[in-house]
Amino acid sequence: MSFKIASSPHQHNQKSTAQLMKLVALAAVPGIAVQAYFFGYGVLIQLLLAIATALLCEASVLALRGKKVKAKLLDHSAVVTAVLLAVAIPSYAPWWLVVIGTAFAIIVVKQLYGGLGNNLFNPAMAAYVLLLVSFPLPMTSWLPAAPLQQQSLGPADAVCTIFTQFSCSGYSISQLRQNVDGVSMATPLDTLKTDLAQGYTTTESMDKPVFGWLSGEGWFWVNLAYLLGGLFLLQQKVIQWRIPVAVLGSLFSFSFIAWLLSPDTNASPLFQLFSGATMLAAFFIATDPVSASTTEKGRLVFGALIGGLVFVIRSYGGYPDAFAFAVMLANMAVPLIDYYTQPRTYGHKNKGAR
Amino acid sequence: METTAVEQKVSPYQELVRQGLWKNNPGLVQLLGLCPLLAVTNSLTSALGLGLATMLVLLSTNTVVSLVRNYVPNEIRIPVFVMVIASVVTVIELLMHAFMYNLYQALGIFIPLMVTNCIVIGRAEAYASKNAVLPAAFDGLMMGTGFALVLCTLGAVREVLGAGTLFAGADLLLGDWAKVLTVHLYQADHQFLLAILPPGAFLVMGFLIAGKNAVDARIAAKAKPAEQKISRARVTHVSS
Repeated sequence: MSFKIASSPHQHNQKSTAQLMKLVALAAVPGIAVQAYFFGYGVLIQLLLAIATALLCEASVLALRGKKVKAKLLDHSAVVTAVLLAVAIPSYAPWWLVVIGTAFAIIVVKQLYGGLGNNLFNPAMAAYVLLLVSFPLPMTSWLPAAPLQQQSLGPADAVCTIFTQFSCSGYSISQLRQNVDGVSMATPLDTLKTDLAQGYTTTESMDKPVFGWLSGEGWFWVNLAYLLGGLFLLQQKVIQWRIPVAVLGSLFSFSFIAWLLSPDTNASPLFQLFSGATMLAAFFIATDPVSASTTEKGRLVFGALIGGLVFVIRSYGGYPDAFAFAVMLANMAVPLIDYYTQPRTYGHKNKGAR
Repeated sequence: METTAVEQKVSPYQELVRQGLWKNNPGLVQLLGLCPLLAVTNSLTSALGLGLATMLVLLSTNTVVSLVRNYVPNEIRIPVFVMVIASVVTVIELLMHAFMYNLYQALGIFIPLMVTNCIVIGRAEAYASKNAVLPAAFDGLMMGTGFALVLCTLGAVREVLGAGTLFAGADLLLGDWAKVLTVHLYQADHQFLLAILPPGAFLVMGFLIAGKNAVDARIAAKAKPAEQKISRARVTHVSS
């Protein structure tokens, strides 16, 4: 037995980085499976593309920087970044989208800042923002969930659509997104936003088939699956409870107040919690140990900031979902949060007690 | 003629060329005038337009400042320099308004903002106010050229990435014949918008600076082994 001396913040966890990263990837499996069931096999191909790109970029940059390629590559952190980005972009997005995104995440956001542990921003989310700002159309072209799709898409169709933007039977992405009436269907969050802007009330908008039960056909189950994965991570002590609880708690409280004040123009708090990327972001993205806050109090602040920003951008901003922006903004605030939430050192008094 | 014997003697003018274009490049090394540098370089045309305008301003202000340098009391030199710069920029703005109206509109606020461009006051204070007219004018020309080159590189890279064209709208700057200069490199369904937006400017600028530093590091690395060889030779010489 060796006596382990860890550097602060003294994580009492004897797992290596590689083990942690493997657990994170494992915990994402149920979510990915549900996503593949509802939104098509495309997500699996995106995953393969993203992981291949991530490993390639990571290896080449490490070699350029003169680091030990194999040891660093086997810590699997690049794979986790790739997984998080691949599940965040639309399943049938063109192939170059995920390739550009992953390359940017690994090369610019992670390695140029000094590699794992030194990046200021969450690589997957920074890449997501890059893609969303650069290519808004393909980045918002989500297909409706499988039960609502007019054409059922097999694995071959997924390959065809991702690489040529037409399914094997020749339907374009915008045709695939249409329902029986020939109306293009957006995500629940997007639909709600558009409807509210047009003067419908929440209840009127939620009559549309895209909403299904509670928070949107398919989206509820995807979120539930990521919640399960997140609880598994908590149980394995890969992540701590503070950030996810703070994210979900603050999103819930903000939307609850807004909903109480004006239920016609604000989505219910449960809808907010189980739609879009909420659970994935709360458990898998915001808890990134590198770019999140490191102090205990700081993590609560950090999570609450993300939840609040998400509510504000979802309700009043220009984009239907907001986790990427919220996480990046909170990442920027981390040094400040950490500065003001330093824990009391043993043997020293609190500043207030002076 | 003397290019082969670079190491022996560098004339002051050669040194000015080297400082302005590479060693002390206002865009890449001094990082002055970043605001226009990042804001207007979303196409090669506007980058070249502002680059030429800045170059002209630098050339004129350096000349005038150098001419008046002996008559200006030291205490009030900065206000005088600023007045000189402001007058020159106003002249250039009016000229652009008269002869390149479309480009004038495209560049907008960044033409009058040249008054506050740190390179202009920087060169006036650091060089023109201490040197004779000819070197001062040449320094302004070289610094302006260096700045314009960086602007053009940034503009070209961002335009190619973001719009798939090169020199689009060159006729705004150079007249109708310049339409032939526009190159359509590729036609993409989805443009890489970020390259044209401000974050793209920061990213491309970062890569440019990194590239310059890499070249400098390579040059320095090449220069070093020669020195080491000499010292080793001396050691063996002493011991034997």
